[in-house]
Amino acid sequence: MSAMNLAATPSNYPFRKIVQRFAWIGMVLCTSVTVSLLFMILGYVVYNGATAIDWSFLTELPLPPGESGGGIANALVGSILVVIVATLMALPIGLGAAIFINEFPSARLGRTVRFMAEVLTGVPSIVVGLFAYDMVVQPFGAFSGFSGSVAYAFIMVPILVITSHEAFRLVPTSLREASLALGVPKWRTILWVVLPVSKTALLTGAILAVSRALGEAAPMLFTAFGNPFWNLNLSKPIATVPMLIYTYATGPYDDWHQKAWAASFVLMAVVLFTSVLTRTFLRGKSHE
Amino acid sequence: MSDEAHAPKELISRSDLHGSENKASVPAEDIRLKVEDLSIFYGDVRAVKNVNMSVRTNQVTSIIGPSGCGKSTFIRCLNRMHEVTPGGRVQGKVLLDGQDLYGPGVDPVDVRRRVGMVFQKPNVFPSMSIYDNVASGYRLNGIRDRKLIAEKVERSLKNAAIWDEVKDNLQKPGTSLSGGQQQRLCIARALAVDPEVLLMDEPCSALDPIATAKIEELIHELKEKVTIVIVTHNMQQAARSSDYTAFFYVGELVEFGETQKLFTAPEKRQTEDYITGRFG
Repeated sequence: MSAMNLAATPSNYPFRKIVQRFAWIGMVLCTSVTVSLLFMILGYVVYNGATAIDWSFLTELPLPPGESGGGIANALVGSILVVIVATLMALPIGLGAAIFINEFPSARLGRTVRFMAEVLTGVPSIVVGLFAYDMVVQPFGAFSGFSGSVAYAFIMVPILVITSHEAFRLVPTSLREASLALGVPKWRTILWVVLPVSKTALLTGAILAVSRALGEAAPMLFTAFGNPFWNLNLSKPIATVPMLIYTYATGPYDDWHQKAWAASFVLMAVVLFTSVLTRTFLRGKSHE
Repeated sequence: MSDEAHAPKELISRSDLHGSENKASVPAEDIRLKVEDLSIFYGDVRAVKNVNMSVRTNQVTSIIGPSGCGKSTFIRCLNRMHEVTPGGRVQGKVLLDGQDLYGPGVDPVDVRRRVGMVFQKPNVFPSMSIYDNVASGYRLNGIRDRKLIAEKVERSLKNAAIWDEVKDNLQKPGTSLSGGQQQRLCIARALAVDPEVLLMDEPCSALDPIATAKIEELIHELKEKVTIVIVTHNMQQAARSSDYTAFFYVGELVEFGETQKLFTAPEKRQTEDYITGRFG
């Protein structure tokens, strides 16, 4: 019966079948272009960078221009330091704003803040760098790692606000009500019910913000500035990996170009590694 | 409402009938919650109009009515949960043991500690174990006395008739239980903080008949310890498990009285039409 019905389908069926086939091929093509672009970038960096990496690259200081050898240890440590300080500044602000937007939904200010966070994510990072220069570098009269942290924090805050807000939105109202109905005050409900339930999504957002900051060179141009020597003092200029990549890649030496590739590889590896590690760790935890 | 006037007398006869140990001899103490001229709003829309009724101590009061009649809205006002909804506000009084819950200086947090609530869908905290869920009323309020909490958890789980099913798995996540078990876990969680009144907002609507029967049995046992107000869609459930019934229709309390009387000889035409299934 059904076979007969199928046989009796309208005459344009073969045409529809061809359209379907072409549409399918088109989508597969689009997908493969997207994916292959990602793999091309990854592959290119790995191909050019991985070969130049050895232990001394990670542990030694840069040598004077023209000499081959040396490493990026100071920039690696500098990047991590600047981003940690930036995270410490951005996390409470971003999280606090997201809590305000989501838990006090009737406040007009909340909606405005959310809108402004969306706008802020679109601000070019070089502008953020200029702003931090005006805010921190000029008053203190010197380039500093701290001013770099401030610039990174500006980049991270709107990302944190948006990702955390989305995380809180996924927490069902019924859970908040369950807690409130037990006579638990609102602030404890937020702290002990809303935050734990959304912790995986919050951490994913935080990683996203950290990864974004880790890779930004532009905001460092007039803030952290760069430094060829060891420095752990955030009130002085400090080297960061993206800044180092920028300097080396635009420099005149072949050795520098190679080091720029290698540093890119290290940067990428750090971001991927932390992201994968925290995700698997959280997944393992929630399955317990 | 005029239905009020004859209520105390009936109560005495009914409680004698059941032989329950409440203080029927002192009618004033007998009323746990007194609702006076209560109107409930969502923004400018008045959802419930001028309700007057009394909830008696250690009795089960059920609230019935068709969807959208304001019964859930009404029950959420009895522990100030309505105002959690944006735009939610009330007019009138709700007296708990003579004290107005909406009086000046009354903290909704304190109200909710005395008037617990169980919701339509089981809402166990997914980030917590079975034990922690029941303990949450204490832990979330900063109480750390382990011995006290352990006692309360065990007692509440027993009172909620779920102890035997979970006693060996207290550290498992609360969400690992079945729907019916989760709802009893929610009841245990609400009971753990020793509320005087327990509000139940259609507690069986997401459950199968067997789980529903267990909850109804539980309600019957619990009323010795706590005053219960239950919203239900199910008229049989109201008839089976409650002592008093209130019938709401389009935001108004149409009739309130003894369950037996309301279901066998309702005074109002609308009540009769609803319970006989002519609408709703």
